[in-house]
Amino acid sequence: MPVVQMHDLAHGQAHPHDHGHDHGGDHAHDRVHDHAHDGAHSHSHAAHDHGHDHGHRHAVAPGSEFLRIEQEILSENDRFAGVNRAWFAERAILALNIVSSPGAGKTSLLTETIRRLAGRLPVAVIEGDQETDNDARRIREAGAAAIQINTGRGCHLDAHSVGHAAEQLDPAPGSVLFIENVGNLVCPAAFDLGEACKVAILSTTEGVDKPIKYPDMFAASELLLLNKVDLLPHLDFDVAEALDYARRVNPAIEAIQVSARSGEGIALWIDWLERRHRAIVQVRVDALDAEAAALRSCLGIDAPGKPLTVVAGR
Amino acid sequence: MHELTIAKSLIDLSCKHAREQGASRVTRLHIRLGSMSVVLRSLYSCFGPASRGTLCEGAMLEIDEVPLSVHCRRCNATKHPAGRFNFRCPDCGTPTPDVLTGREMQLIGIDLDYTRLDGATAAAPAVPGTARTAAV
Repeated sequence: MPVVQMHDLAHGQAHPHDHGHDHGGDHAHDRVHDHAHDGAHSHSHAAHDHGHDHGHRHAVAPGSEFLRIEQEILSENDRFAGVNRAWFAERAILALNIVSSPGAGKTSLLTETIRRLAGRLPVAVIEGDQETDNDARRIREAGAAAIQINTGRGCHLDAHSVGHAAEQLDPAPGSVLFIENVGNLVCPAAFDLGEACKVAILSTTEGVDKPIKYPDMFAASELLLLNKVDLLPHLDFDVAEALDYARRVNPAIEAIQVSARSGEGIALWIDWLERRHRAIVQVRVDALDAEAAALRSCLGIDAPGKPLTVVAGR
Repeated sequence: MHELTIAKSLIDLSCKHAREQGASRVTRLHIRLGSMSVVLRSLYSCFGPASRGTLCEGAMLEIDEVPLSVHCRRCNATKHPAGRFNFRCPDCGTPTPDVLTGREMQLIGIDLDYTRLDGATAAAPAVPGTARTAAV
């Protein structure tokens, strides 16, 4: 079974195709590189044009020169994330970055989701864990294609390894791709993988104040799945309080209460997925329609579906 | 935690620019970190080990911490919430999802040393002791 070993922390030096590398030029990545890159940059520049240019207070030592760079520290990751995002868009793949603490029930929720989506939507899963491919095996048993990334000492997935895993997995166009991140509420928040959005899972066996203890993750997520609600009768967990904390760090976050075990709320989660999936596919269909219309106009055909007549014998 | 990844990215970026400029080493890294970046303090401790054997070995880290500021839609003004875990306007209490500053993680610039080990200057900067801007 395929297991991708994540390149270690020595990546920058060790990896043969790191600096200015041709990242799989055979699938049109190169074409989208610049575009994605520029987008990320203009955004970051806007963010730090807000009067936070502190200048350099220190005197430059004799013989040294200050070189102004102004670059996002994770710009390499962001660049790969942009490539992944374009790759997903081209295939109308809904990619979701699933984040939570260890033990919140990510894999159980995914296996249940895969069973519910069987025959409705193609599903593929990228599994991130420090070690073992146990989770990928569970996903395959549930009926979806899965690939495991072992991050080793790494505490999060990065866009580069996800890009390679996605290529290897090669999900069908129009798939839902779940990227199950390493169980960790801190680090994955900082690493864009090129996903459509992050989905945070919080379980009722955790503290209600997790959203304010780990605000970055909940601020970065569009949907909160409150899992293990079947256990609520046995716990002191206050759902309203937990959701209030989540909305303090992210007023726009959506929330669905689910239980992978009892199946409660799963239908709502499936509805959410199908809604997001339809939107992604529609965007791609519209783009292809526009492209086809442009090509048709080159042939002098205005109406879609009107066949091109070839006069025989000429 | 991912401070080691951050440190490695910083070092890779800085070394790349230093090589492009023909510098012999990086003596200082000037970075900008928003207060929401949890890596702030731990970056100091892992930078040294991570930079060993690179052009950044022995360089100093200078970190500008950028406070959290948000735009309150109700007050229509920039506000500074007290904690980074409470995204509400400190004055009117309205939830404020529009973060203006506090998420930064940027390399502002680097000090480059052009002195070679034999004491000669490798490739003198255009105007020594002044600032230049890298083509990013």
